[in-house]
Amino acid sequence: MTTSILLDRMVAHPSDSHTLARYVDTGGYETLKKALNSMKPEEITAEVKASNIRGRGGASFPTGVKWGFLPPDTRPRYLVVNGDESEPGTFKDRMLLERDPHQLVEGIIISAYALDVHHAFVYIRGEYPKPARRLQRAIDEAYEAGYLGGDILGSGFDLDVTVHLGGGAYICGEETALLSSLEGRRGEPRIKPPFPAVEGLYAKPTIVNNVETISNIPWIVANGGAKYAAIGPETSSGTRVMSLSGHVKNPGDYEVVAGLSWKELIYDIGGGIRDDNKLKAWVPGGASAPWFVPDEHLNTPVTIDDIAKNGSMIGSGAVIVMDETTNVVGAAHRLVRFFSHESCGQCTPCREGTTWLERILARILDGYGRPEDIGLLLDVCDNISPGLAWPPAMTTICPLGPSATAPVVSMMKYFRDEVEAMVSPPPSGGDVAGGDRGGEVQFEAGGTSNV
Amino acid sequence: MSDDRPAVTITLDGVDVQVESGQALIEAAQKAGTYIPRFCYHPRLKAAGVCRACLVEVEGPRGTALVPSCTTPVGDGMVVHTKSDTAKKAQEGVLEFLLVNHPLDCPVCDKGGECPLQDQAFAFGAGETRYVEEKRHYEKPIPISDLILMDRERCILCSRCTRFSDEISGDPLIDFKDRGNYVQVITFPDEPFASYFSGNTVQICPVGALTAKPYRFKARPWDIEAVESVSLVDAVHSKISVQTSHNEIIRLYGVDNDATNHGWLSDKDRFVNDHVHSEDRITTPLIKEDGEFREATWAEAISLTAERLGSFDGPKVAGVGGARSTNEDAYSFAKFLRSVVGTPHLDAQLGDGLDPSFAAAVTPRAEINDLESAKTILLWGPDLKEELPVLYLRVRRAVTELGANLVIVHPRRTGLDDVAAHTIRYKPGTGPDVLRKLAAGDGEYAEARSALGFGPVVALVGRTGLAENPDLAEAVAAFSLELPDAKVLPLLRRGNVFGALDMGVAPTLLPGRVSVDDAAGRTALEEHWGSVADGPGLDTGGILEGLAAGDLDALVLNGADPVRDFPLPSTAVAGLDAAQFIVAFEMFMSDSAAYADVILPVAGLGEIEGTATNIEGRIQKINQIIPSAGMSRPVWSIFEDLALALGAEHGAASAGAISEEIAAVAPAYGGIAWDQLSWGAGRDGIVLPGPDGAQPLEHAPSDKGVPATSGHRVLHTARVLYDDGVMVRHSSGIAGLASQGAAHLHPRDASVLAVTEGDEVEIRGDGEVRLPVVIDPSLAEGTVYVPFNLARTAGLGAAAEVRLDAVRGGDA
Repeated sequence: MTTSILLDRMVAHPSDSHTLARYVDTGGYETLKKALNSMKPEEITAEVKASNIRGRGGASFPTGVKWGFLPPDTRPRYLVVNGDESEPGTFKDRMLLERDPHQLVEGIIISAYALDVHHAFVYIRGEYPKPARRLQRAIDEAYEAGYLGGDILGSGFDLDVTVHLGGGAYICGEETALLSSLEGRRGEPRIKPPFPAVEGLYAKPTIVNNVETISNIPWIVANGGAKYAAIGPETSSGTRVMSLSGHVKNPGDYEVVAGLSWKELIYDIGGGIRDDNKLKAWVPGGASAPWFVPDEHLNTPVTIDDIAKNGSMIGSGAVIVMDETTNVVGAAHRLVRFFSHESCGQCTPCREGTTWLERILARILDGYGRPEDIGLLLDVCDNISPGLAWPPAMTTICPLGPSATAPVVSMMKYFRDEVEAMVSPPPSGGDVAGGDRGGEVQFEAGGTSNV
Repeated sequence: MSDDRPAVTITLDGVDVQVESGQALIEAAQKAGTYIPRFCYHPRLKAAGVCRACLVEVEGPRGTALVPSCTTPVGDGMVVHTKSDTAKKAQEGVLEFLLVNHPLDCPVCDKGGECPLQDQAFAFGAGETRYVEEKRHYEKPIPISDLILMDRERCILCSRCTRFSDEISGDPLIDFKDRGNYVQVITFPDEPFASYFSGNTVQICPVGALTAKPYRFKARPWDIEAVESVSLVDAVHSKISVQTSHNEIIRLYGVDNDATNHGWLSDKDRFVNDHVHSEDRITTPLIKEDGEFREATWAEAISLTAERLGSFDGPKVAGVGGARSTNEDAYSFAKFLRSVVGTPHLDAQLGDGLDPSFAAAVTPRAEINDLESAKTILLWGPDLKEELPVLYLRVRRAVTELGANLVIVHPRRTGLDDVAAHTIRYKPGTGPDVLRKLAAGDGEYAEARSALGFGPVVALVGRTGLAENPDLAEAVAAFSLELPDAKVLPLLRRGNVFGALDMGVAPTLLPGRVSVDDAAGRTALEEHWGSVADGPGLDTGGILEGLAAGDLDALVLNGADPVRDFPLPSTAVAGLDAAQFIVAFEMFMSDSAAYADVILPVAGLGEIEGTATNIEGRIQKINQIIPSAGMSRPVWSIFEDLALALGAEHGAASAGAISEEIAAVAPAYGGIAWDQLSWGAGRDGIVLPGPDGAQPLEHAPSDKGVPATSGHRVLHTARVLYDDGVMVRHSSGIAGLASQGAAHLHPRDASVLAVTEGDEVEIRGDGEVRLPVVIDPSLAEGTVYVPFNLARTAGLGAAAEVRLDAVRGGDA
């Protein structure tokens, strides 16, 4: 687990890893020079394809394949870097932006050169002012040093990069909503097809890649795609930054090679559960991922395919750990409330369904649950995401609505007895069941890194 | 539009059906007899795919998937399940979701009984609710404009209204705010939904979220009786449904058709419904005695009018008007004057129009639908948004949806400038010079000229303002017809003016587009009419001057108000003042009717039947649904009585009989029967033949060499949608929307006069008015723009040149 591609610099030079001086001092922009001086754009694309890198934003789509979707003859093309990292529990892009922005900038320039893009955009979530400032400073430095602008390093290649700070909507991390937002419209997902690679920003072919994905590009081009592909299992190549949060002793970002077990990730890397409590469940890949539980999943490997085979996803690599003290209804309510709050409101099932789920869960937490609420919750989920299967079927334009069903379905799948206890009629003379939203207070106070 | 699309076969619920390729599944299924529920889908709007009510299962390579049928185009071999368990559960689920926050206040909702949410909850919903939580609450309806109220609790957020405003009318004054459970349709702060087309959003709202103030709580849908008709508010003749309850017209709805309005109406079309029930309506014949009007019986009024009209030499009598009503009424008017009274002096236009032969017979004449295939549109005429708003919608669509290039030539900014490829602005009077330069592609006009080189070209040609020489339009048309694959649509605004011209209510025309100089046509007419007065006669300007000079003695005003509408009000007043006898056919007292000796009350909207002919030469049916108010009568029947009283006999017992006579007498109208216009393809009307058919009159527009004026204070005056005309004034919904009027000045002219926005200026033209200043940088320097016929601007008239003086403090 010692392989590091992305985090070396910031670990070794915590005080100034974000500056141009340190970046250049540690070999930065050498790959750019190599790419511009000695490589053709299609050679770079070939290396990216050979690396087998899959998108780090959540969908794990092979980056090289995505690049290949660009229609050959339409110009201009755009590259948009998705830094709208808003999924609860996800905080890896923040660190990459804040601590090593030049690595991203170099990745953008090389990618743009490969894709024949002359204007790239970085869309950063509105709540990330510091990462945006750091990135903007890095871009300014890059312009001054001749890495950006016209005729970069005498190569004849021109590129401008624009940083855009979002307005505070999770949905703008969905790539088509992001493009609408970037165009100045409401951040609402668009119906696909057309996909962005064909008709994206300003209706032009557009590649949308995650911050972490693009941050990997300098290493891939410097060392070769084959070498990257050799790291980790074939279909989960390279390293991946996992954001560990919740009831672990050592929450934080960790760069790991896929293939380790969940036990190693949570106990060896995360240091185990706080107060040495028992592990109850964890979210393996961001708030929209179905939960894992120790009995079934602790010894399964952390790879894209293994997680998928077990009915969830690696998503953005956000692992939220819940210990035995967790009220599952409270946890589900907190997650559903997030999706309800962040629904753009376009599609009826998402707008109305997520809010309905949230209200039922809140009512159960308030002690007014009814036995029929269990069936109702599942049926409302079923009307948002028919069949409650994984990957989810959709009644909506984008997966946000179906995502909100994951916590509810997970809760019912593994902890139905706890929910049933909360919705049972109170014993005569006794208090109403449940009646405790304490778990929720704790979630709110904890912030993103301590759900 | 889509006739040549190849057919593909899809399997719809187990049955193979042939459908047109490329269309949305929801449409294809409906045509094949399967109705899929829908809320956001509207055939005239771009599919949004947001309500998700139309989910169906489609089989694909990776199994079946739920897809919205409104955004899914059909493809050959597609296997579709609209009623499978999964599809039905999804449809039911969406309906339940739509209802969880819906207030279900149906008993007090205007939409109740005609509500797509009610109907589809009934047809596709589960029938019971499982929702026990608190519903979303908003302040109950809030006014978002003078006409429209928004009830956000009822809203299902289908985005039909916001898409209409954005895509169709081009004035996106309403939009979504907030997100998720809190998303709502609302106006921008301090920006009311002041659109000329706002009523359409009420009509297409699938729930009772948007309601129109004039209709609110007036009726229940099951009490409504309706009849299809056309709007005579302007010359587009949008198809309407006249909806009544207890013999009161309570609402007008647009009716969808491909030919004219696509279902849309302007708010003026829509909200004139109640002028027919106005308390100010004249419902009894009035006779003036000692300067005062008194009520009279029809017998008395008819015999007095006949006696007086009969006392003058025929050619000393003149007629003005006839453009507000049906073809049958206009025909009776023309026949009465030309054959019974024996005068050639009659004119449906009020000096604000175009050469009658040009308007009636320019060739090739465009249909509105030619805009759909036009590559280039030249608009040199009125601001369509103000004068022909539904045509404005069609041009906007042609440009924004269908990709036509629009070239606008106008003295100032117009409603379509934002979508125009080229806008040419000029000082009124310099039009001929601009035309010469444009034709030659000189300098600044080179790009616009080369844009005009791509056909098919549709040229929309009319007068940009009332002070402009009407001959310029013909010169523009002559130029346009040299462009590739070009057709011309002559632009006149007033109600049924094209019908009136076709019926011969023009100094130079006989019924059916026959020139008064056409000996054969004249002879043919005489066989039906007996005698036909020698022509050509005087136009309205000539008639008014003739009256003032004593050359004419009497005037029949048929739904016309020259004091307000003739470009030189002083001439109108002098003429009316000098006339020895005036009979006015009117619904309301007007500035002109006040000069009359006899006022005869006429029937109006919903009270009459007949036909009308629109801007394209399309004849459509007008239908009656309520009895005439009081003692008012259709115009044709009054002329019938007058003819009888004068010893002649028209022989018409009904509008239908007159229509048959028109079909027999007027060549261009040959063979058109009412039945054809009521059913089948004729329901969208029939475009009358061009000169290759039965239309005998040909008119090739010519450059008549309009002189440019050289004055340095040039007046541009043109109509705005809501003016101080009688119809707007007596329609309670829109009467308050007419502005008071202002003088619009170029910033440099304002600074020369040392005035700023809000200061007053005195303008002297034909008349004299004082107006507040509005700064308008879109005008040419040296031009002042004054909207015609508003409360403060009426009386100024449309003299080509005016004097302007600042009104200094204390003087105002």
